[in-house]
Amino acid sequence: MLAMNYRGPYRVRADEKPMPQILHPEDAIVRVTRSCICGSDLHLYHGMVPDTRVGMTFGHEFCGIVEQVGPEVRNLKPGDHVLVPFNIACGKCHFCQQGLYGNCHESNAQATAVGGIFGYSHTAGGYDGGQAQYVRVPYADVGPMVIPDWMDPDDAVLLTDVVPTGYQAAEMGGIQPGDTVVVFGAGPVGLMAARSAWLFGAGRVIVIDHLDYRLEFARVFAPAEVYNFREIDDVVVFLKKQTDSLGADVCIDAVGGDAAGNALQYVFGTKLKLEAGSAIALHWAINSVKKGGIVSIVGVYGPTGNMIPIGNVVNKGITVRANQASVKRLLPRLVEHIRAGHLNPKAMITHRVPLTDIADAYHIFSAKLDGCIKPVLLPNGQ
Amino acid sequence: MTKQLVDTSKIPGWGTDADPKNNPTYPIRHIEDQKDRGLTWTRPSQQIPQVEVLRSIEHNRLPAVIGTSTPPSGLSGAIRRYAFRRSESDWWHWLLLMGADRINVVEGVVEDLTRGKLPNIPGEMGARSEWQHNKKGFVLKAGATLAVGIALVAAFRRGGSRQEATPVPAVASPTDPDSVPHIPY
Repeated sequence: MLAMNYRGPYRVRADEKPMPQILHPEDAIVRVTRSCICGSDLHLYHGMVPDTRVGMTFGHEFCGIVEQVGPEVRNLKPGDHVLVPFNIACGKCHFCQQGLYGNCHESNAQATAVGGIFGYSHTAGGYDGGQAQYVRVPYADVGPMVIPDWMDPDDAVLLTDVVPTGYQAAEMGGIQPGDTVVVFGAGPVGLMAARSAWLFGAGRVIVIDHLDYRLEFARVFAPAEVYNFREIDDVVVFLKKQTDSLGADVCIDAVGGDAAGNALQYVFGTKLKLEAGSAIALHWAINSVKKGGIVSIVGVYGPTGNMIPIGNVVNKGITVRANQASVKRLLPRLVEHIRAGHLNPKAMITHRVPLTDIADAYHIFSAKLDGCIKPVLLPNGQ
Repeated sequence: MTKQLVDTSKIPGWGTDADPKNNPTYPIRHIEDQKDRGLTWTRPSQQIPQVEVLRSIEHNRLPAVIGTSTPPSGLSGAIRRYAFRRSESDWWHWLLLMGADRINVVEGVVEDLTRGKLPNIPGEMGARSEWQHNKKGFVLKAGATLAVGIALVAAFRRGGSRQEATPVPAVASPTDPDSVPHIPY
């Protein structure tokens, strides 16, 4: 089968690889119909996540047709078209029982800090991902959901990560009616966080980024007030002035370790890898939120450490909430939102690319070329 | 259940201010549904590893399901095995893994070459899309790469020709009797 093959930072290609096999009685093999490149895949692509091995296949946002199931799979059968959450979750452990499906204790041998994630380095379990024609899906009865007949597969594939991650960012913000919410990052997750903030009753939503084409998209899609931090002297002072000098009620970091905007963070975090990515978006979030406010983090950072103003977290009495999205927990509500027309995630898709052109798809997304918001791979054609 | 070393019933006022609503993790964590704590769940059946799988020392057992992509191999694999002797809290664990990742890139090129495949590195880096959508960037990057390449080749050649033209004399060791200059009386 054809699959994405990581060869090192900024280098990927499509290669023939062996077909995946059932390795556990709760496994399924899925023929991938759509697979996205996620903004967090770019952290892998940029060589920022430890234990990212040459030869691995990335991809944690995908949907497809069930081809084969293991002997203990009860809820799925060959032929089902399923969306597959990016979390690999057993559904039984201490954490899954609490709805923490992103923190499963039975799916990641290499680390305890995060549950297994498809195609996301060995730090997230060492599973080959869905940027391939076929993929092994463990715990097939727990995560995957049969796509309803009425749902567009383009919406379905975005329900595997970007929509629930953006929604959970807003949910963790504890947004109260009328709150001012600032979202750092106008990538797909930031867009969904901004859109979701309205669902929780926000009174004002502000999006900060440095790419005009993305800000323009956010202005229409979210819809939100948008500001380019390159045109502002000091983002924190600007946001304070926008909020009666008190700060925003809720700040959301939807960028993570690839943030632009500060030379020191960029060199230390992104280039020298001396910290777990550039944390300037988080720095701004902490300093822009009001005292007693909430900072919600869904941006992805590496497992080491970052330079952030933790003293201000204490002094301002900020509540910090963060997690990998718990996709399974959120799916029923998000399906309702799509059916009701409250969310239209497929509008974010700007590029459809065959798997053979994966190197170009990664480069276009990483370098922000051609107005790219969200690229979708079609591993088995249309 | 985690071992309880203190009998809480003997602590005056224990739990009097407990408030289930004072739970900032809701709805992320349904703590009120939690009856048992610790390693008490009925485990899924265990996947038998058919390749080498490194395990965090913070796990007391192998998780029921494991990923089998790209098992450790070569020098990078040896470094990864060493890194996994340290906990996730140890900075060296991650720095060693990052180092192994970089060595693994070189191993990947060698692997390609030994299989008779010359890796198309510009293609793998998306040079075609750079040319399509950012011609100025393409020309700048190509020019910079070419300049660095020419400089490296020139430096290599200069070093080589210098060695041929002026061979460096062997440094005499003071303990070597043959190297001590003979002083006539």
